[in-house]
Amino acid sequence: MDKLPPWADAVLVPLISLLLAAALSALVILGIGENPVDAFTLMVEGALLRSAGWGYTLYYATNFIFTGLAVSVAFHARLFNIGGEGQAMIGGLGVALVCLYLPWPHWTLALVAASIAAAIFGAAWAFIPAYLQAKRGSHIVITTIMFNFIAAALLNYLLVNLMKPAGQQDPATAIFPAATHLPTFQDMFAAEANPLFRGAPGNVTFFLAIAACVFVWLLIWRTRLGYEIRALGHSESAARYAGISPVKTIVVAMLISGGLAGLMGVNTAMGEAERLVMNSTEGAGFIGIAVALMGRNHPVGVFLAAILFGFLYQGGAELALWTNIPRELIVVIQALVILFTGALDNMVRIPLARLFARGRRAR
Amino acid sequence: MDFATVLQVLDSTVRLATPLLFACLAGLFSERAGVIDIGLEGKMLISAFFSAAVAAATGSVWLGLLAGIVSSVMLSLVHGLASITFRGNQLISGVAINFLAAGLTVLIAQDWFGQGGRTPSLIGQGRWGNITLPFANALSDVPVLGPLYAQLISGHSLLVYLGLLTVPLTWWILFRTRFGLRLRAVGEAPEAVDTAGISVTGLRFAAVAICGLLCGLAGSYLATGLQAGFVRDMTAGRGYIALAALIFAKWRPWYALMACLLFGLLQAVALRYQNIDLGGLTIPVQLMDALPYILTVVILAGFVGKAIPPRAGGEPYVKER
Repeated sequence: MDKLPPWADAVLVPLISLLLAAALSALVILGIGENPVDAFTLMVEGALLRSAGWGYTLYYATNFIFTGLAVSVAFHARLFNIGGEGQAMIGGLGVALVCLYLPWPHWTLALVAASIAAAIFGAAWAFIPAYLQAKRGSHIVITTIMFNFIAAALLNYLLVNLMKPAGQQDPATAIFPAATHLPTFQDMFAAEANPLFRGAPGNVTFFLAIAACVFVWLLIWRTRLGYEIRALGHSESAARYAGISPVKTIVVAMLISGGLAGLMGVNTAMGEAERLVMNSTEGAGFIGIAVALMGRNHPVGVFLAAILFGFLYQGGAELALWTNIPRELIVVIQALVILFTGALDNMVRIPLARLFARGRRAR
Repeated sequence: MDFATVLQVLDSTVRLATPLLFACLAGLFSERAGVIDIGLEGKMLISAFFSAAVAAATGSVWLGLLAGIVSSVMLSLVHGLASITFRGNQLISGVAINFLAAGLTVLIAQDWFGQGGRTPSLIGQGRWGNITLPFANALSDVPVLGPLYAQLISGHSLLVYLGLLTVPLTWWILFRTRFGLRLRAVGEAPEAVDTAGISVTGLRFAAVAICGLLCGLAGSYLATGLQAGFVRDMTAGRGYIALAALIFAKWRPWYALMACLLFGLLQAVALRYQNIDLGGLTIPVQLMDALPYILTVVILAGFVGKAIPPRAGGEPYVKER
């Protein structure tokens, strides 16, 4: 097969896939009798032209950076972690336990402890599927899907039967103590003369997500472990021959992946709701798949793709508010992005590679 | 617990197992041909919506069934296009299909009916009626066997019986016909099938289309048999439970029936009893919900026999140049 130049592989292929997905989404909007241009304008206005819109966009993006990185790290070891949703749920449980049952003098300390708990809880939830894949060859895709459902049932049980305060109806924990309140963008950047980010949930966890991007870049391309993970992803037999233990590498890669997904719980439970609710993840674990595919498993790509999906999420909420288009439009767009950048990748790549080969021959 | 209650639980077991069974057999055809399908859920969902929507609009459950099957097969062909023609990742394609169905169904339902992503409730000919088998009423006075026949065996909709018949049919097609032999071969050693001059692509597309047909039946039964209309995300993970049942059954039709009945029983019990009290020990309903998934993980872990999937599953076939 003809090869693509690296820049085309990194930029052109996802861009064309994205355009295809956008074109089909526009057709869907036309199909339900709305105007795609108006819809897009409304989305941009609601998500990007007001600071509060950015506050929401970056809040969603924070979630997607964590889950996108989680999927990416696993992808580098050629493992498909669909369990980000469950790992994030259990990560949120870790955050809730730390915030509710330990006294915290200041939010900085609480943030550090909650992050560690979230990562440990998320990683623990990824451990069993990882171990079964590494030791017994149980397909990690199926086991992580099953663990998503088990996580939901477990959380449901804990919230309804154990953690719900007496007399409360909805399955959620009590509100976290005020000392664990994380500064939102409004707290950080708004002044009386200049009320920025009013009411938006974006908070300091966004910077933690950026730090996670740097961490993943360092891990994958600058450490021995990252090299082992990538080697295993390219060829298990070659990795084994080079003295890399597949069992250890699979388990460690999945623990890091689960930990990153778990960190999302800091943003949703501590940063936004300030308590743990039933469906706090809202499918962000699955959006991580789309984000990782679009971002080509590179932290910079994941960051940009997460912002894009944050924009789509916030824009979609605006659409649902002002027009007759339900929020599910975003799910359709998300599906099309996954389809074109993930599954139908070759549909774009093969003709493009042929085009480049012809160009080279002509020169 | 008296006999009548047992009968009622078993009765709802059969009903709840039927969509699982169709979807499980759908996955069986696809995966035996080497195409992994985690998009069962999405195909069921889209079929459930179009069945209910067309049945609501026309008042005919048969037209609804047809619409459901067509929509489900369309999604199957997308999966085939991605995973067979363009040799893409079958798992990612399945994930995409699940989201596509979850989004599209609500979007179209809102546009067509404006009821917040649901169809109007189906009445009369828009739903499957229950069939009373011969002598069911006459025999219902016979002790034990009479009620068993009248309530458990008789009185289900056509699709329930069709589902039960699909099990031997699937067995016969897979293990007693030439097509079935080739289909299984293409899931184990596609290069051998190719060498024999038979089209790998054609066989895999046929398997994927059958998978779409059966998922269509599953979704249609869900919306027009088990319940009266479509509500958003009404499959509620049944596609994944079917996938779990398939692994549980180790990709064999008769065992698939057993696995689906077992998981149907779990659902029926969870539906009837919120928390089960076993003399001081309370089993929470959430455990019943999670049990199919936990059992599948245990099976996958290889503690109860080894579940070995078809060898070429998930691998796109590339002819050598």
